[in-house]
Amino acid sequence: MIYLDNVAGTKPDARVVEKMLPFYTEHYGNPSAHFYPIGREAFEAMEAARGEVASFINAKAEEIVFTSCGTESNNLAIKGFLKNSKNTGKHIIISEIEHFSVDSTVTKLINDGYEITKLRVDDSGLVNPDDLKKALRKDTALVSIQHTNPEIGTMQYTDQLGAVCREAGVAFHVDAVAAAGFSELDVKALNCDMLSIASQNFYGPKGAAALYIREGVKVSGLMDGGHQERGYRSGTENVPAIVGMGEAARIAKAEMGVWVPELVRLQKQLWDGLGGMFDFLHFTGNKDRRRPGHVSFWIEYIEGESLLMWLSLKGFACASGSACSSNILAEDEEDLAASYVLTAVGVPSDICAGSLGMSMSKYNTQDDIDNVLKVMPETVQRLCEMSPMYNRK
Amino acid sequence: MAKGPYSDKVMDHFMNPRNMGEITDANGIGEVGNPACGDVMKIFLKINDDQICEDVKFKTFGCGAAIASSSMATELMIGKRVDELLALTNQAIVDALDGLPPAKIHCSVMAEEAIEEALKNYFKSKGQDPAVVDEMKAKIKKEN
Repeated sequence: MIYLDNVAGTKPDARVVEKMLPFYTEHYGNPSAHFYPIGREAFEAMEAARGEVASFINAKAEEIVFTSCGTESNNLAIKGFLKNSKNTGKHIIISEIEHFSVDSTVTKLINDGYEITKLRVDDSGLVNPDDLKKALRKDTALVSIQHTNPEIGTMQYTDQLGAVCREAGVAFHVDAVAAAGFSELDVKALNCDMLSIASQNFYGPKGAAALYIREGVKVSGLMDGGHQERGYRSGTENVPAIVGMGEAARIAKAEMGVWVPELVRLQKQLWDGLGGMFDFLHFTGNKDRRRPGHVSFWIEYIEGESLLMWLSLKGFACASGSACSSNILAEDEEDLAASYVLTAVGVPSDICAGSLGMSMSKYNTQDDIDNVLKVMPETVQRLCEMSPMYNRK
Repeated sequence: MAKGPYSDKVMDHFMNPRNMGEITDANGIGEVGNPACGDVMKIFLKINDDQICEDVKFKTFGCGAAIASSSMATELMIGKRVDELLALTNQAIVDALDGLPPAKIHCSVMAEEAIEEALKNYFKSKGQDPAVVDEMKAKIKKEN
């Protein structure tokens, strides 16, 4: 199988797995147990990982809170900040293409009296910093705008958005889950107060993620219990996964300079190859400001899920932004909502029913891209022949 | 290999759709759905003088379940009388496919509706009132 769904999670680096294993077999102590060696070993390893993660995003170790996943980091950032905010403002700004974990979180806050502004994006998925400036109000408590969109690959002008917030004195959270390991993340250069990253998106294990909270920014934990993570997150830490995340951060910091240019090269090949293949294939997202190795598109006459299924049968794992497969295990069809990201970037819903995303990792090779470009014409042709809309043109 | 969300039957019909294509001299054509909802299903019928479905073909723009539902529907239709075609329910299609995920049941409903539309078109081409299809359908539902 050729894996091209790396926005959904990357294959862990072998060095990461190796570093984790002893924390299941030997150093299995609870890191809160400081008075015997295996507890202390777990604690020390966790703190070393915290240092690696901090250094990866140019933060201090004490500014890193470990969580279980990107969704939890986003929830902690938004709800935890508002819970503790001295700012009594009831206005929140996000973009209209945020991940569910930001979009649904703020939507639920409407019940608590918050007002939400969703900033429009242009047809390449970019938020205009001037629009953010205009949307800010006296009662704006928080701005949360993602760094990289997993579905269409677009990378925002995060540093500029951050500068607008900083100037206005409004807290700025960045969901950088789809960016870590693919773009350099420097919390100071990005002018952010909080930033979410998840280990599984940069060759680490699932089950470990982090929220950066800038020194001085007040956030309350969402779970009540013990003192773990200095009260930001009660509950026994997932030490093996955190150790893995630390190693993944160390490797990414040291080696991103090698794999990112290669991903950019392969991306260009895939983009140019697909673009030259059919005049009814349309790319989504911004061509220049996009996640390295990420190509997304939709094809007229063809529904996203059937393309995804055919590619899967031919050995390619891709992502579909199709309305029809986004939540196939749902109990009723109401949950099969069309992608709001595609709608936001102006993809016409009367001719497009789902996009396809191919996102590479450092493990993808020239052969992989050659193979995709080889199977695409026959696959698309087959589905076109089946489509009642194809001959109409 | 780990099983996906679809049954083996659905996967088989998705990979090897039966009766896919068009009938140039069809005497009943039905199209339902719209691309905004992610499905368009078109059925072509050839009904002979004995009111038997001699041939049927389909074209579908849609997900795996939509393609498999159309394909299975055509298999169940060949050789059947018009009244038998109208008695073909979406549930029969779902059963023949060994089930569909709950969120995909509407694909089988579309197949039933496409058959209905095609038969209306058939009666119309014979100079009859297509409303006869609704009457027959209502009668079948009442009998069951």
